[in-house]
Amino acid sequence: MRATFDTVADHALGRLAPGEDLLLWWAEEQSTFCRFNHARVRQVGAVDQRNLTLRLIRGRRHASASLTLGRGGDEDRGRVDATLAELRAMLAHLPEDPHLLWNEAGGLHIESADEDAAIDADAIVADVARLGGDLDLVGILAAGPIARGFASSRDSRCWHQRANWHFDYSLHLQADKAVKASVAGTAYAPGGADADRLAVSILGARERLALLALPVVTVPRGAYRAWLEPAAVAEILGLMSWGGFSAESQQTRQSPLLKLAAGERSLASSVELEEDTAGGFAPRFTPEGFLRPDRVPLVRAGAHAGALVAPRSAAEYGLDSNGAGADESPESLSMAAGSLDPAQAAALVGDGVWIGNLWYLNWSDRMAARMTGMTRFASFAVRDGAIVGPLSVMRFDDSVYRVLGEGLAGLGNHAELMPDAGTYGARSTACARAPGALIEDFAFTL
Amino acid sequence: MQSLRQRFGALLPSGLDHATLRVVRERSELLSVRLGVVQPPERSDDLGAMVTVYEGGGMGYAATSDLGDAGLLDAIERARAWARRSAALSAVDWSTAAPRPGDGQWRGPLQTPWRDVSLDRKLALLHDADAALGVNDRIALHAATLWHTRTEIALYDAAGHAIEQQTELLVPDLMAVASVGTDAATRTLSGRGVCRQGGFEILDGVDLVAEAARVGEEATALLEAAPCPVGTMDLVLDPDQMLLQIHESIGHPLELDRILGDERNYAGTSFVTPEMFGSYRYGSELLNVTFAPDVQGEFASYGFDDDGAPAERAWLIRDGILLRPLGSGVSGARSGLPAVANARATSWNRPPIDRMANLNLEAGDASMADLIGGVERGVLMQTNCSWSIDDSRNKFQFGCELGWRIEDGELREMVRTPCYRGVSATFWRSLDGVGDASTVGVYGSPYCGKGEPNQVVRVGHASPACRFRDVEVFGAA
Repeated sequence: MRATFDTVADHALGRLAPGEDLLLWWAEEQSTFCRFNHARVRQVGAVDQRNLTLRLIRGRRHASASLTLGRGGDEDRGRVDATLAELRAMLAHLPEDPHLLWNEAGGLHIESADEDAAIDADAIVADVARLGGDLDLVGILAAGPIARGFASSRDSRCWHQRANWHFDYSLHLQADKAVKASVAGTAYAPGGADADRLAVSILGARERLALLALPVVTVPRGAYRAWLEPAAVAEILGLMSWGGFSAESQQTRQSPLLKLAAGERSLASSVELEEDTAGGFAPRFTPEGFLRPDRVPLVRAGAHAGALVAPRSAAEYGLDSNGAGADESPESLSMAAGSLDPAQAAALVGDGVWIGNLWYLNWSDRMAARMTGMTRFASFAVRDGAIVGPLSVMRFDDSVYRVLGEGLAGLGNHAELMPDAGTYGARSTACARAPGALIEDFAFTL
Repeated sequence: MQSLRQRFGALLPSGLDHATLRVVRERSELLSVRLGVVQPPERSDDLGAMVTVYEGGGMGYAATSDLGDAGLLDAIERARAWARRSAALSAVDWSTAAPRPGDGQWRGPLQTPWRDVSLDRKLALLHDADAALGVNDRIALHAATLWHTRTEIALYDAAGHAIEQQTELLVPDLMAVASVGTDAATRTLSGRGVCRQGGFEILDGVDLVAEAARVGEEATALLEAAPCPVGTMDLVLDPDQMLLQIHESIGHPLELDRILGDERNYAGTSFVTPEMFGSYRYGSELLNVTFAPDVQGEFASYGFDDDGAPAERAWLIRDGILLRPLGSGVSGARSGLPAVANARATSWNRPPIDRMANLNLEAGDASMADLIGGVERGVLMQTNCSWSIDDSRNKFQFGCELGWRIEDGELREMVRTPCYRGVSATFWRSLDGVGDASTVGVYGSPYCGKGEPNQVVRVGHASPACRFRDVEVFGAA
């Protein structure tokens, strides 16, 4: 992977005219995808893709273009040359950009690559089919290496390469009653330690499935004491990340957490949020050639502590850029753990609900940070500190300021790391880390 | 692409049951002016191919952006290997379900190609629209955008068949955020729902500068608007909200791969079951819905789906009765239910799955005045800004950018943050007024997400304004 990137980068950088600068961003993956339904293979195959983004800069004028490439041969070099020519022609028609900011000092060199570990995707597919044999298993396996590269005309060159497998799946009992789980690793061999972890995961999910055989409980609309599993909390954090921590959104008054940023509202003092690049899987360098800090505090003791600032926002609003991408969304958002023992979740709830996952969250009143969404997968009614049956899906509509503010009775004592299973366009390198949460009066509305 | 066809044919080994090569090239350009500043233009040239091999009852695919002989041959070998290895584990009997494309060509409408219009002219238009959005000093953010895409898709098979299609697409967008203190209101050009196939001539029908002034004024007015009333009341939806209502609570639940369980780990299942087709009352007698990939200029029109099935219009719901699902030939073979041409892939690097294309609600005979005049107490809502629905596509909640209170058959004051919620299985039965052709809007979305691995595709939705009785309506807390 690295050799192809170097070949292409050397060629592109060698085509510059005097007065021009070039930033290159490389995204490559060699993936196996296998989709399962009823524990059988629905679709399986491989994806081999390389994408190069070129940002041509002349003074304060710039434009970018991305293109897919092969393995750096003559055809690729011709397409790179044609793209540079198009960008060059475009710059003549563009005004100077007052918000252009990139690492003009250059000299950034970061290398981060896993040792080559064998991932036998064929064995994973066979093991899933065997372990899931009598189960109604649905899910997706994604496996193989992912790489990101950066190079610039100012002596910067960076490389980030990881290989992993990630099996995101659910076991279904009937209709929408199901258990959700995922398991991941960096190597896989038949009968090896990772194969054992896959087996343990599916066995554990199978055991949890038994709880869904209890009679379904339909609860009326109203407010319930609720335990949210880490995956459910991560869904709320994901919605908050939709412009909530963006400096540009805050400056242009679109942020759903604007009142938090302005100090008008606060969250519970136990809420601590940060962008934890050091603890995540994303590269430590940016398409503008900057180094990402290990951590960016966003919420401290329930109060606004900072925003994610992309270079354009930094230039426009006079802020310090802190390694954020253009959309200023967290890629490795981490929420600090609390003190509650998740093993005692049902007892902590007493009478209420235990929510395994939330789903399809959106803002019902964006500027008030009021959100709506659905319960999904293994969620249960709880009475007298014990699970009494699976919950019919319910819609909630509640404010972030209440759920993670005065309504937050406590956080679990372990923050779970959840790699993003997303594969839109390419396999994601994002993740989230969150504990479970005990919420008072969680509002079900439908 | 013809050279790829020839090389693919030459590289294919003998002994395969069948094989296809799907080549996709998509070139796009995004231009935007924000707060008077030209944003750095972004271009993309996405070119690659997917080889699909069927052998011994199995199917495997391999997609690559390396279109040289070595890359193609490697893809053929990997696809064949997966077909062989998965045959005994396959959920589908590909020996009978494998698609067999024919021959054909299709082109979308085009009068003024994007490349024939100068960058200077495009940026001048965006400058004018952006400036028109900034109607006063309460507008904290304004931006005008043009997003153009040109797609070329070719499907070749081992038997020598060839299907080639191409179209251009344009998505203009406007946004204004009005703000006072930490309060803000956002208004857009139909929530990026103005999506059409065609060239620059699309803007002949969209006066971007005049629309920008309206968007800016309405954003400002929303800051002072009354709260949306709360309670059970009548609801009139403009087409730019109907598009999401149709999409989420008719389109997705009728997708046959959801009904067959493929999507249960991600996008979800469906409250619709196979035995409902032919008899289930989905909505009132006024509800008529078509799968319409043949509408000239609508955002998701095509001549053939990505498995090569010829695209034809089909009634999904007629006079309120559910007739057929949105299932491709493969899903039809798996289920025994009738198929439509809706096997679609986001690009060369993902396999086709059951998707919507254009999914339209057919016009009725009520004028807008009739629809409003028939409401004693209710709200008219415009432009979706919030959407949420359960994984069976039943319990939904939508929010809109703007609403108007209706009382005694007349529009009253503007209201802000209007929302409503309901249940798909009963909501459509409360449809009691369908607008005539004069109320129809043709919209779409570039962002319908689904599938594992994930895929986003374009969809089109045309609808008249519609009236629903006794809906749960609410607004800001």
